Parts: sequence; structure tokens; C-alpha cells
Amino acid sequence: MTATVPPKAPTFLGLPTAPRGVGHLRGDRSFPDAAREALRDGQLRANLGHATSTIRGKRGRVVAELPDWAQLREAGRALKAATMARLDDHLEELERQVTARGGVVHWARDAVEANEIVTRLVQATGTTEVVKVKSMATQEIGLNEALEAAGLDVYETDLAELIVQLGEDKPSHILVPAIHKNRAEIREIFLRTIPGVDPGLTDDPRHLAMAARQHLRERFLRARVAISGANFAVAETGTLTVVESEGNGRMCLTLPETLITVMGIEKIVPTWRDLEVFLQLLPRSSTGERMNPYTSTWAGVTPGDGPQEFHLVLLDNGRTAVLADEVGREALHCIRCSACLNVCPVYERAGGHAYGSVYPGPIGAVLSPMLTGVEDNASLPYASSLCGACYEVCPVAIDIPSILVHLRAEHVEAQEKPTAEALAFRGLAKVMSNPRLWHLTQRAAKLGRLISRGKPTLPNAMPPPISGWTRSRDLPTPPKETFVESWVREHGSGS
Amino acid sequence: MTPPSAREEVLGRIRTALGPDRATPAEVARDYRLTDGRPAGDPALLELLVDRVEDYRATVLRCPPDQVDVTVLAALELALGAGWARGDVVVAPGLPAEWRPDGCDVDDDRPPVQLADRAASVTAVAVAIAETGTLVLDGSPACGRRALSLLPDCLVCVVTADQVVGSVPEGLARLDPLRPLTMVSGPSATSDIELQRVEGVHGPRTLMVVLAG
Repeated sequence: MTATVPPKAPTFLGLPTAPRGVGHLRGDRSFPDAAREALRDGQLRANLGHATSTIRGKRGRVVAELPDWAQLREAGRALKAATMARLDDHLEELERQVTARGGVVHWARDAVEANEIVTRLVQATGTTEVVKVKSMATQEIGLNEALEAAGLDVYETDLAELIVQLGEDKPSHILVPAIHKNRAEIREIFLRTIPGVDPGLTDDPRHLAMAARQHLRERFLRARVAISGANFAVAETGTLTVVESEGNGRMCLTLPETLITVMGIEKIVPTWRDLEVFLQLLPRSSTGERMNPYTSTWAGVTPGDGPQEFHLVLLDNGRTAVLADEVGREALHCIRCSACLNVCPVYERAGGHAYGSVYPGPIGAVLSPMLTGVEDNASLPYASSLCGACYEVCPVAIDIPSILVHLRAEHVEAQEKPTAEALAFRGLAKVMSNPRLWHLTQRAAKLGRLISRGKPTLPNAMPPPISGWTRSRDLPTPPKETFVESWVREHGSGS
Repeated sequence: MTPPSAREEVLGRIRTALGPDRATPAEVARDYRLTDGRPAGDPALLELLVDRVEDYRATVLRCPPDQVDVTVLAALELALGAGWARGDVVVAPGLPAEWRPDGCDVDDDRPPVQLADRAASVTAVAVAIAETGTLVLDGSPACGRRALSLLPDCLVCVVTADQVVGSVPEGLARLDPLRPLTMVSGPSATSDIELQRVEGVHGPRTLMVVLAG
């Protein structure tokens, strides 16, 4: 028999994943290591528990209001699937339409190239500061760091992004990047970092929002360049869309002379009409509102209204590698609502930082490993109990649990040497197929009672390689007698 | 040979990813509600719009079609309190003359930042969506440029009954995607602190809606 070598990532067709050394898709620790630390932070768990339960309630109420939610969700899924099947055609059409309306389209193979393009465009305007609308794509590619390295000042204008930036922190949620901070902590950050802030600032959210308004107002009025992401881009008309709440997006999209939009290639929809589906699905799923306060759309440049120079950067950065994975490509349907984070029992306890990527939670656990290649985020597909709540709330019906299982299989197949877990299961198979060995093993397992010293579970601190299993799982103390032994005791050994 | 451009390369990767025998996309079933079932301007839709807009903590004043100007004045009075000057209010250049309170400033092509110290602006809308309490401004002369409905701290929007449709699909069908559109659902707000909604951040902190008819 010839040994068969497991094919390495057979579905990726050798397409490049997001490069290392740039951007924020990889953590410096594995999920279990980072999560263990997060779980010890009682304040973090209280903040997350409070925020996610609030938003779950709101989402549930406004979703229940729509009698056709199931049909909208299926239409959203089908529209995204149909779009991906013709992604090249739609992107070419978008490019034609944006160009025809006075915009300039740039293509970026990866984070490095996108950062270079944007830096060059900003420098060409002669300004040294830019205002930014919250955008996942620019977080993903580490654009702020690239611009700062080029000597430019970058101002995040979304309230939560501002809190993260001022606190020299990292975002921990797709929609509400400062979800891990409570009002008292935010007040403390503002008092420490905003020059001239009212020293009598209270922790009333209204008061805090006003402080942010004052802090950024001047900056908006003098900004000459803004950078945004995009929630949707309509191929047939070249219409870009930004969905937001505070009006900081409108400030950036309206007042500066130059607007640079960085957009993942999967954010495209074929027709204007398709937005009738997504503008119903997105706000109800994300903030639990019937509609978000502001949605802005624009096609190229409008004389006398808004920026007179518009650049659109189309970003790959591993997305085509995801597209090549027939099971995983569904993750590209994500509209970044974050409903899956808010229902996830793992996210609610561990928080977003533990995932190490700007995309945390269930969608991050599938998207990040696919964008980077699974071996660079190998612990993420396991950061789930596979309970399925994420799939249930996803407004475009991404089957996240199935993709998680698919990626786990891919990770296992990529191993050249058998893992301790694989060896353990191979041994178990042998034991379980031999009654004598099985009984012996069960009896031997009772020795575990000595280790647990009367506690219901065995201690987590076991020697390796067993510790690999026990550090994130409780092993119950073996019972005094096995089932067969108690059956024999109560009923006798006869038939 | 010159190396392929980023454009060629990304498009090429997509074609590789999808393979030579990619599936033809299935026709998408639009079996969700395309209409609300009630015609634009139906009294029940107006009621629904009022309810939904007020739910965002905006204020709605209703009036007969021939009393828009005095109702706009009442809205400004209510929002700005005593001591406001008509010159502090700037209106969209194409706002119908009969809606325009005398003495208000009319927006022109001044630099947009000069609108920032104005107390309030008054605009029309292109369409209103009752189910979501959304007003859409389309950059037409009656709605004004985008900065006008953004920089003054109070926004007064005049909506006529025939502009009120039931659902999002009906609303979008009435809009021109080539114009710069702003969909407004209540005053500026944030949920960034503990996911609790707070009205009033960078956009107008006060939204007043005058519903005529």
C-alpha cells in the first residue's frame, strides 16, 4: 500500500492569503491562552455581559416586527451567493461606473499595496492630517499605522474608535469596538487624554458623547482628506454606501475636498434594488434599530456637493483565497452586523481581544483563518462550542458552524506529524474495540479518584500532553464503580 | 513582458477561485414584502411615520398643506427656544417659497463650513419611509446640499403626505442612486457606550419634522 500524503489546503488553488507582518488579522497568542487571561477579568466579563444582553433584546424585538424576516434573510443569502459567482464582472462594472462619474478606482492585491496607495494619495494632497470613518477594512490592513509611519496624523471619528484610539487600546467588537469598556472607564480615558476637557465630566453617556463632539468638531471643519470604508457598493450605478449613527461619517463624506474609500472586493452588490434587502437586514441585526440614524450614498463626484476628488481602493488581501474555498466562501457574504458576536457564549465570556484579529466572534473565527491561511490562526476554528446560535441570527444565513468544522478538518489534515490528540483517539479506538482492555482501563481510571481528592472534577493542571486537553475542559472524577459493576451489584451477573 | 497590474491579478485570482465551470447564479426570489399594501399618503401610513419618527425622539408637527410656513416657524420656536433670530436659520435654495418663513437665510455656494454656526436648517425631503421612520434627502434644490442638513444643530424637514410610503423597497424605488442621498432616521445618535442609545453626537442633535396634509 502506498502512503497517501494529505493534500495541503486543496481548495485554495495556491491563491495568496493576507501577508504576514502587516495589519491586524493575527494575534500574538493562541485563543485559549488569550481567553484564559480575559476570563479572569471580572470587570470585562461584567461589561460584555451587560452590553451583549442589552443588544440581544433590542435585536430580538425589531426582528420580530417584520413578518417577512425569513424571506429577507433568504434573499440576502441568495443575493450574496449570486454576486460572488460573478464577482469579476461586477467589479469591472463598478469600476466603469465610478470612473464615469468622476471617481478614480485603484486595485490592491493586499494590505501592503492598499496602505501604499492610500499613503501616496494622502501625501499628494499636501495635507498632514486625515479624519477617518470607522471601517473594518482599514483596521484589517493596519492603515493607521502605515499613515502614522509616513508622518501623517490620523483621527478616528467614530465614538468607540476614538475611545480605542485615545486609550491606546485595540478594538474588541465589529460594531462597538469599545464594548469592553464601561462608562466609568471611558470617562477616565477622556479626562486623561482630551486636552481642555471639562474636568467636571460625568460618566453619563450623553455627557461623554458631548465631550467627543466638542473634541472632534474643529477637526471636521478643517479636514481636507477623509478615509472611509463602505458597507455596500452598487455595481450598476457606482453608488457607494456608508451606514452609521453619529454623523461623523457624514462629516467625513461631505466636508473634506478629498475622499478615499477602502473597500473589500466582497462588499459589492449588483443592483440598486438589492439594497432594499440589505438596508432592512443590517440595522435590525446590528444595533437593533429599525433603521440606523444616517445612511449616506454617493456615486463618484457631485459638483457643488461634497468631496470633489474621490478615490476607491478595491482590496483583495486574502479574499480571493476565501472565494476559492467552496465551503468557506460563504463567509464573504458577511455584512459585518456583529449579531453573531452578541449571541455567542464564547465571545460573551472571552471578549474580542482573545481572538487576536480585528474580526472577533464566530464570523472572525472563520474569516480570520481563511484570510491568513488556517495555520496562521489555527486555534480560532476551535474557539466555539458549535452551538449554532450564530447561524440562527446571521441575517444572510452564513452556516458558521459548518465552516468551523470544515476548517478544523483542514487544520488536522495539514499536520505532518500526528498530534497528541490524534494518538490518544487512536489508542482509545483500540481499547474500546477490546472488552478485556476496556474493563482494565476503566478500573485503572479509578485511580483518578486519588488525584481529585473528593472534588467532582480532576484538577486542570495535569502534565503535558494531557494538559492540552484539560486546561480548557473539566474532566469529571471517575465514579466509584462503573456502570457494569453497579448493574452486576444490583441485578447479579446472570442474563 | 510587463508584470500584470494589480487589477489584472485580482481579477485573475477571482477567475481562478471560481474555476472554469462556475455555476450560473440562480434567480433571487424576491418573495419578501415589496409594498406595504397601502398607497403613498394613506392616513394610516402617516400615523405610522409619526409613531416611528417620535420613537427616535424626534418631534413631529402636523399641519394642513397651506400652513407649512407657520408650522415651520412653530417648529423652530420649539427647538431653538426664546431669542432665536430668523437670520440664524438657513433654508435650502429650492424650498418652495410658500413654506419659507420670511427673513430666513437662503443657502448658496458659500464654503460649507460657514454653515456650522447656524442654529437650524430647513429642507424638504425626497421620500419618507413610514415603517422605519426614515426621511431621505436627495441633494435636489429643495433638499439642499448635504452639508446643509448636517452642520446646523437643528434640522427641520418638511414632508408632504404624498411622499410617505410604507416600506423600504417602495422608498428606494423612488430614489435616484446617482444623486448623493442621505437617509435620516431620527437625530444623530450613538450606541457606543454600553450599547445604550444616546441622541445627539456629530449630526444635528434636534430633528423636527413638519408633516403637511
